[in-house]
Amino acid sequence: MFAFIVRRIIQSIIVMLVISLVGFSIQHHIGDPVRDLVGERVTPAEREEIRDRLGLNDPFYIQYFRFVKKACKGDLGLSFFYKKPALAVIISKAPATLELVIVTSIILIIVSIPSGIYCAIYPKRLFSRFAMAFSTIGVAIPVFLTAIALIYLFGVELNWLPSFGRGETVKIGGWWETGFLTWDGLKHLVLPSISLSSIMLPLFIRLIRAEMMEVLETEYIQFAWAKGLHRERVWFIHAFKNTLLPVITVFGVQLGIMFAFTILTETVFQWQGMGFMFLEAVERSDTSLLVAYLVVVGVIFVLVNTIVDIIYGIVNPMVRIAGTK
Amino acid sequence: MRAWNRFKNSYLLYSFKHDPIAIISSVVLSILIAISLLAPVVAPYNTYDTSTFDIMDAETPPSWMEKGTKDFILGTDIQGRCLLSTMIYGLRVSLIIGCGAVLLQAFIGILMGLFSGYLGGKLDSFLMRITDIQFSIPYLIVAIFASAIFKLAFGVGRYEELAVPLLIIIIGLSHWPIYARTVRASVLGEKKKEYVEAARVIGLSHWPIMYRHILPNTMTSVLVISTIQVAEAVMSEAALSFLGLGMPITKPSLGSLIRSGFEYIFSGSWWITFFPGVLLIIFILVILLLGDWLRDVLNPKLYKG
Amino acid sequence: MGHLLEVKDLEVKFALRFGDLTAIDGASFTLDKREKLGLVGESGAGKSVTGFAIINLLSKPGYISGGKILFEGEELNKLSDEEIRKIRGNRISMIFQDPMMTLNPVLTICTQMVETVLAHQNVSKADAIGLAIEKLKKVYIPSPEKRLYQYPHECSGGMRQRIVIAIAMLTNPALIIADEPSTALDVTIQAGIMDLLLELCETEDMGLILITHDLAVVSQVTEKIAVMYAGKIVETGRTEDIINNPQHPYTKGLIKAIPGTLEAGSRLNQIPGMMPTLTDIPPGCAFHPRCTFSRTICETEAPILISVNDRNQMIACHVLGRHL
Repeated sequence: MFAFIVRRIIQSIIVMLVISLVGFSIQHHIGDPVRDLVGERVTPAEREEIRDRLGLNDPFYIQYFRFVKKACKGDLGLSFFYKKPALAVIISKAPATLELVIVTSIILIIVSIPSGIYCAIYPKRLFSRFAMAFSTIGVAIPVFLTAIALIYLFGVELNWLPSFGRGETVKIGGWWETGFLTWDGLKHLVLPSISLSSIMLPLFIRLIRAEMMEVLETEYIQFAWAKGLHRERVWFIHAFKNTLLPVITVFGVQLGIMFAFTILTETVFQWQGMGFMFLEAVERSDTSLLVAYLVVVGVIFVLVNTIVDIIYGIVNPMVRIAGTK
Repeated sequence: MRAWNRFKNSYLLYSFKHDPIAIISSVVLSILIAISLLAPVVAPYNTYDTSTFDIMDAETPPSWMEKGTKDFILGTDIQGRCLLSTMIYGLRVSLIIGCGAVLLQAFIGILMGLFSGYLGGKLDSFLMRITDIQFSIPYLIVAIFASAIFKLAFGVGRYEELAVPLLIIIIGLSHWPIYARTVRASVLGEKKKEYVEAARVIGLSHWPIMYRHILPNTMTSVLVISTIQVAEAVMSEAALSFLGLGMPITKPSLGSLIRSGFEYIFSGSWWITFFPGVLLIIFILVILLLGDWLRDVLNPKLYKG
Repeated sequence: MGHLLEVKDLEVKFALRFGDLTAIDGASFTLDKREKLGLVGESGAGKSVTGFAIINLLSKPGYISGGKILFEGEELNKLSDEEIRKIRGNRISMIFQDPMMTLNPVLTICTQMVETVLAHQNVSKADAIGLAIEKLKKVYIPSPEKRLYQYPHECSGGMRQRIVIAIAMLTNPALIIADEPSTALDVTIQAGIMDLLLELCETEDMGLILITHDLAVVSQVTEKIAVMYAGKIVETGRTEDIINNPQHPYTKGLIKAIPGTLEAGSRLNQIPGMMPTLTDIPPGCAFHPRCTFSRTICETEAPILISVNDRNQMIACHVLGRHL
């Protein structure tokens, strides 16, 4: 088990290095640190001098090492637009995205697990058929359309829920701006998180249903029935645990995809999170911020994937015990 | 002639004729493809020709509403172009990018999968490592990053000029891992079969074996994922355009239309977003439904009857 | 008097899209306390389906379309879901073929044993664990206290089947239905498992229905045999009678086909043809196309079980069946 964890961690470090290399190459070729530092109006001579001073004329690999060293210390360069360290900007925007992702995950779990299980146990009932039809069509609807539809329905026509921004936020711990603590903030969270969850919901319902149906056909479930166990026990203890294992892995991967789609959702709702920041950075040609975002998101992905793999290894007894042999 | 007879009697055709969803989907899809390819003929106006529209016509509602005119059946967009025509041209752009991207992905992915699976060894481990890395990052993020970087590198103007080929490249380069994985799995399965050994015994070298023998047998799985990938490519393009990283407003695709219409929802011009949105959904839906049907039909597990 | 189990004219059908298929067409047999019955036949004859039907565990398209199943006087097929749940695993236990697939891979053996006890008896968890250990000892599992907390994949095949048997015995059932219990195991382990079953039936006062295609095993373990063919019982009787003096043409063919009775080098005796699948069962007697004795009546009328001697041996055959 321990060897397994170590191997996974080494793998993830390698991937992070690759991401940093890609990020650095981009910054090297496209970015202009001189402009970031002193603006546009410098003479070519001054430019050269600054370039030398910043070490921009050194060989590629030296600059790369410097980049990695600085990154490990948390210095990912300066944002041209914000005139602040890029990492600081990202961190200030992170709570918005994180809260959105958290609420979306909660919605996903609460809705998809019971629905998936219900559809697997009673496939012919009306709700099940409806849920399956919804998932088939749902996959074809891009998230931004769902978001726009929701905004139009609840924001414009019915005017029940707000459709812009985060509303009132409260600062906790000095830097985390949360929308959880105000009624207004919570109201603002509703539409964006529903939109974001609408991408994954069809997938998860189908997945859980398919896995559960497969498990219900196995011999050990037959045996559980033959032992005369109560229905609920067979479904929720025997069947569910086996269904859960592959679902955990998929959820981990989907968490990463959710981050990708926050870019789309935040755009529609003008949600001041990392995704929105990214797009603004593109429009403003703020290369350092862009690269910093790439590196941060890359690291997050790798971390999430690694953690999911490790959790899976712990939860699945076959992997856990086999790893020690 | 024999091939035609075989097709006529095949399980594929039988299953198709008996599946109403498959029939409806393919009919709708054919109509959409035909309309988009015949855009210059079918569309009421040529939206790329700036002389045909006038910004004073902007935001005209559809013809059945008050203030709508018969000239513009579905109304106009924010630049005064006929919405219907723009949608048709936009569909064409989406179709071209979708198919182009899939061809590119398939080409890269199949080559990678073929070499990796057949030659094995260190090459396999290395290529699979790369595939795994790219696989662990969602397609859309790679595409978004790539397009952001291209946009910064080329500058906005040039980027817009080269939008179509660039988008094909971007989406193609971000989505190939699934082809590589699928083909490799298929190749690994085929490698063990006897006809491969027989071919080697005859003295064929690697390339003919890969190309003429193994490759055709992997085509089933490639075909199945291709339909889904086309839908994915179209959705990715729509997403990129919606974010402003895709097709520009001068040569809009359905995604950019939705983007431009979004801001006007609050002022009441809902049709600019609604109609392109509906068209996009229908288009993607029929592709996915056909893909689902194809997957059910080609799935060997069904042949135990 | 009352038999432990009485199956009368059991009919099982599969409801499929293009019509109902008959899997079991009127099966009847009885089992008394502590009796061991062998249900014998080829794959597809309907033996396992019969076993499942008894405890109403048929998989989806299957359903009981007729007949009665009486257990200790109660009609099993008329019980509600909750009532039959109380009988399954409690008064009637079932053992399946492949112990690796029977045990849930993600739960410990302890969980899978204790839950069986707790589902039927109102005891504490500690008592249940004690009971589990006691039964594990009865099936000769060494260090049962340690085994209890392991997972199924940590045990060998033979050990897993013993654990399954222990689970079946936890509630001291009156009847065990064993569906090919040793088929999935190595030949060397098979004998051990069958011996164990035999011993337990004696010591624990249990009846046994052994479902198998292996005549050799059946001849050593059971006292009565019912031979099934294409969903019908074609012969019943005492084990020694059926093995040494088979009356039905099919059973005769089966016994002759056992390799052990031949000299080395000679050809194996086969019954020509194959048993029909559910969809092509011929009219009249299902065996008639392959039968050397068949006459015209065999092609139209299905025979019923009739006694053929005074030793309670019954066969379903127009030609060879004679009233006493």
